[in-house]
Amino acid sequence: MLAFAIRRLLEAAIVMLTVALLAFVLFRFVGDPVNQMVGQDTSLEDRMRLREELGLNDAVIVQFARFVAGAASFDFGISYQMKQPVTAIIAERAPATIELALVAALFAVSLGIPMGVYTGIHRDSWLSRVFLAVSLIGISLPTFLIGIFLIYVFAVKLGVLPSFGRGEVVRFGFWRTGLLTASGLKALILPAITLGLFQMTLVTRLVRAEMLEVLRTDYIKFARARGLSKRAINFGHALKNTLVPVITVIGLQLGAVIAFAIITETVFQWPGMGLMFIQAVQNADIPVMAAYLMLVAFLFVLINFLVDLLYVRVDPRIRIYGRGA
Amino acid sequence: MQDAPEQFETPPASLPRTAQQPPARLTPAAAEPSRLRRFLDSDLLHSFLRSKLVVLAAILTTLLVGAAFLAPVIAPHNPYDLKSLSLLDSNLPPMWEQGGEPGYPLGTDDQGRDILSTILYGTRASILIGLASVLLAIAIGLSAGLCAGYAGGRIDALIMRIADVQLTFPAILTALLIDGVAIAIFKTYDLDAAKFGILVVAIGLSFWVQYARTVRGVTLVERNKEYVQAARLIGISPFKIMFQHILPNVLSPVLVIATINLALAIITEATLSFLGVGLPATEPSLGTMIQIGNRYLFSGSWWMVAFPGLTLAVLALAVNLLGDWLRDALNPKLR
Repeated sequence: MLAFAIRRLLEAAIVMLTVALLAFVLFRFVGDPVNQMVGQDTSLEDRMRLREELGLNDAVIVQFARFVAGAASFDFGISYQMKQPVTAIIAERAPATIELALVAALFAVSLGIPMGVYTGIHRDSWLSRVFLAVSLIGISLPTFLIGIFLIYVFAVKLGVLPSFGRGEVVRFGFWRTGLLTASGLKALILPAITLGLFQMTLVTRLVRAEMLEVLRTDYIKFARARGLSKRAINFGHALKNTLVPVITVIGLQLGAVIAFAIITETVFQWPGMGLMFIQAVQNADIPVMAAYLMLVAFLFVLINFLVDLLYVRVDPRIRIYGRGA
Repeated sequence: MQDAPEQFETPPASLPRTAQQPPARLTPAAAEPSRLRRFLDSDLLHSFLRSKLVVLAAILTTLLVGAAFLAPVIAPHNPYDLKSLSLLDSNLPPMWEQGGEPGYPLGTDDQGRDILSTILYGTRASILIGLASVLLAIAIGLSAGLCAGYAGGRIDALIMRIADVQLTFPAILTALLIDGVAIAIFKTYDLDAAKFGILVVAIGLSFWVQYARTVRGVTLVERNKEYVQAARLIGISPFKIMFQHILPNVLSPVLVIATINLALAIITEATLSFLGVGLPATEPSLGTMIQIGNRYLFSGSWWMVAFPGLTLAVLALAVNLLGDWLRDALNPKLR
């Protein structure tokens, strides 16, 4: 177990260093950092002094080491566009994305699991067909189209829900939450549905497939023979055994939710990190891009590391393999 | 919207061919009657005609692709020709609505471009970028998979490790990141000309992993077959064995992934263009049209986003259905 964890940790470190190298190359060699920071009329001496102060005259390897050290302590420099430390911008934007992602995941799970169970038990009912048709649409239509469609129906035509922004937010220290005000909750509905729909269809299909598998096993037949109630069989015995793969997939999908948040946030002008990244790309705001790159890579590496460890705990076969290798 | 979760790791049943035989084509030329006969009797055609949905999807795909590539001939206007545009014609509704004009059947956008013509040209751009990026992904994935499977050892471990790492990131995120970085790099140069290439590379680089894994799996099986051993014995170079003898036998799973990937690539292109980091706004593409239309949603100009959106949805769904069918039809294990 320990050897396996250490090996995975080493691999994770290599991935992070590679991404850091990419971010550093981007930061250092795309455009001149000094030109981005000073005005037109800054004298050459001032530029040279700034260059020396920033350490841009040091050897490249020293600069890279400094970049990594800075990244490890969450220091990514100053945004060209907003003239603020990147870390401060991210701290301001992160709560919006995290709240959106969590609510979307909650939506996906709380609707996806019941739909999956229903379609698994009643295979041929018309409602199952409706659910599966909806899930086909959710899986094959692009996120931004679904978002625009929802805006058109609920914001433009019916005028019941807002189409952009977070509504009113309440401040707790650095964390600004939209979950405590009526307008904040209302603003959350459409983006959360848009973001969660794909994950919901995924959960539905997964739970359905697992249920179909489990309901065929002997112990379910035996439970039926014992005369247990349908409820006890379906939920107590069958559903419980489908949950391990479902939890794993949901864990892995958290990363995908963050990726798709970029699209959802752009559609709904949601002031989170995804929108920040798109704006940074459009303005060539390299420090912000580099920081986002590192942050996303870190999140994915972390999630995968945790899931790997979880697998080892659940499946003893991997444990033996991990020891052998 | 995302990588298809299904993997196509097992070689299809039609595989025990020798390298000397060319692979049976899916749509053989009618020149040879025996071959046409064989095609008409095949399971593939049978399963195709059995499902009405698949036939519908095939018809829709053919129609859309045909219309897109005939765009210069059949489109009523040329959206690239700035002289023919008039701002007086902007924001016209479709012809059946009040104020619409028969010259612009589906209405016009904010620049006075005819929506129908722009959709035709835009679909062409979307399909071209989709095809080009899928071809790039196949080229990378096929080479990587063949090398990994045939050479084994360190090369195999290295390539598969890279593939595993990339697989942990969703393809659309990879495409977005590569695209964003490329745009930042080219910001100072003439960008618009490079954007087509940037998109193809960004999407192609984010979809190669699936091909590499599948091809590697099949190559591992093929490597130990007699024809490969024979070829090795008579001293044919490894490069020639990989690309001339093994390659034909891995093509059918590659074809299946390519079809499903085409839908994904088209959606990815539209998404990137919608986010404003894909094709420039002057270049008609389904994504940029939807982005422009989205700005006018609140002023009631629904047609600017509805028609390109519908085209994109139908195109993606139809190609997806074809890919699903092809996977089931070529994979006997699922029957």
